[in-house]
Amino acid sequence: MKLPLTLLTAWALSGLAHAQTPDALQVRSWAASCANCHGTQGQAQPGMVALAGVPKELIVQKMQDYKTGRLPATVMQQLAKGYSDEQIVAIAGYFAAQKK
Amino acid sequence: MQRRHFLQTGSALGTVGLVSACANLGGHAPKVVVIGGGYAGATAAKYIRMWSNYGIQVSLVEPNPSFISCPISNLVIGGSKTIEDITTPYDNLVKRHGVQLVRDRVLSIDSDKRLVKLAGGAELPYDRLIVSPGVDFMWETLPGMNKPGAQDQVLHAWKAGAQTVALRRQLEAMPDGGVFAMSIPLAPYRCPPGPYERACQVADYFSKAKPKSKVLILDANDDVTSKGPLFKKAWTERYKGIVEYRNKHNVTDVDVAGKTLKFEFNDDVKANVLNVIPAMRAGEIAVKSGLATANQRWCEVDFLTFESKAAKNVHVLGDSIQIAPGMPKSGHMANQHGKTCAAAVVALLSDHPVNTLPIYNNTCYSFVSAQEVVHVASVHRYDAAQKTMLTVPGSGGVSAAANALEGHYALAWARNIWADTLA
Repeated sequence: MKLPLTLLTAWALSGLAHAQTPDALQVRSWAASCANCHGTQGQAQPGMVALAGVPKELIVQKMQDYKTGRLPATVMQQLAKGYSDEQIVAIAGYFAAQKK
Repeated sequence: MQRRHFLQTGSALGTVGLVSACANLGGHAPKVVVIGGGYAGATAAKYIRMWSNYGIQVSLVEPNPSFISCPISNLVIGGSKTIEDITTPYDNLVKRHGVQLVRDRVLSIDSDKRLVKLAGGAELPYDRLIVSPGVDFMWETLPGMNKPGAQDQVLHAWKAGAQTVALRRQLEAMPDGGVFAMSIPLAPYRCPPGPYERACQVADYFSKAKPKSKVLILDANDDVTSKGPLFKKAWTERYKGIVEYRNKHNVTDVDVAGKTLKFEFNDDVKANVLNVIPAMRAGEIAVKSGLATANQRWCEVDFLTFESKAAKNVHVLGDSIQIAPGMPKSGHMANQHGKTCAAAVVALLSDHPVNTLPIYNNTCYSFVSAQEVVHVASVHRYDAAQKTMLTVPGSGGVSAAANALEGHYALAWARNIWADTLA
């Protein structure tokens, strides 16, 4: 059973479609892999940094600092090296757009 | 719950997804059945609901009344946590996400008719099925463990729950000066660093409460399979005189009454408390449904969708799968499988393209004492040429040394992944 095409069309015309291109869905999936530590949609539980609503530039800068080693860390300096600059920008944009 | 409330919830969460009104039009909402509510299955159930904007019906079949976490369960054995600390109810999946929880066991899967048959007699039809039953033990490799009562006396405690508590009780009842002997199967098995963390936890307890006692690790592998130098440092320094590690010790039988382990090549080992972690395979329902195509043991999947290579419209997740190179069988990884599969299932059921570049990470913390932790981390990216997940060169690594800061992070990780999976 598939979701009916007419409904998908209605959805596409709903004004939200701009944020829901396949690329946006891909970025959402990439960002979801941060949720194990930073909470679903970046809304973290106590003891971990929340990412929801954090300005994009700030997240990008921190990730770059982890990557280069400017910012000392326990895990993030190892994880940041797994993502390209473009992927980091895209994921940061996703979290910046989430409700705190 | 009212559909309107679903819509409001979806909106409040900022869900990117599909229209949710489809269920109202002709009653033809797509149906997904998930077998197993562990890290992979529960995550998949939640995220399919969220990412379809609550348009896809999800039934989660799980016999246990609540989720008990394997990660952190070694701290229950060490005595610094209780079983309640690692137990989370399934309530939020039902109340917040509208997952239909079915407390039952699956008897069989009919992938032609797309039907799951339950022990209680009910039949659940599906458009797509997610099989995430975790692991089961290869008891046939240990004849003595098949005698009546054997498995109640010699524990594995490798599925968190009653056995976790029972093993703690055995350690509490053991006299000071006794020996705790733990056997580790050949890799791959669930949670590569788990046995070594357990050795540290038992040693931590002995060092405080029973300082004349010993921890004997009998490992079938050639060497420690994860975080080796960090664990060995803990054993030779922190737990000097308590922990002894022996590699290449492959258990072939257990004399339960005589509390003795028998090995392929080595002398017998007798101990006061035996902890046998048997060799594992995919959960029974996956094996008997023909999904375990790799050596009748693990389930091969397409890493873009987690669809089985043996059955269409059937996806397999978590510890049951034939892992990609460098991919551990971990709770963290199972949660990532759940989200990758959820995105793919939502896309497939709505004629959207599937993400062609999954990227996700693994972070695994091990407690070497009640407070101090060592980690291993990795980033995994889909390789289109090899059609598998590969670790990203230059990424990942381990802790420089055991430290208390990561002890705080480890517990925060647990709170977050439990919420991401279940809340």
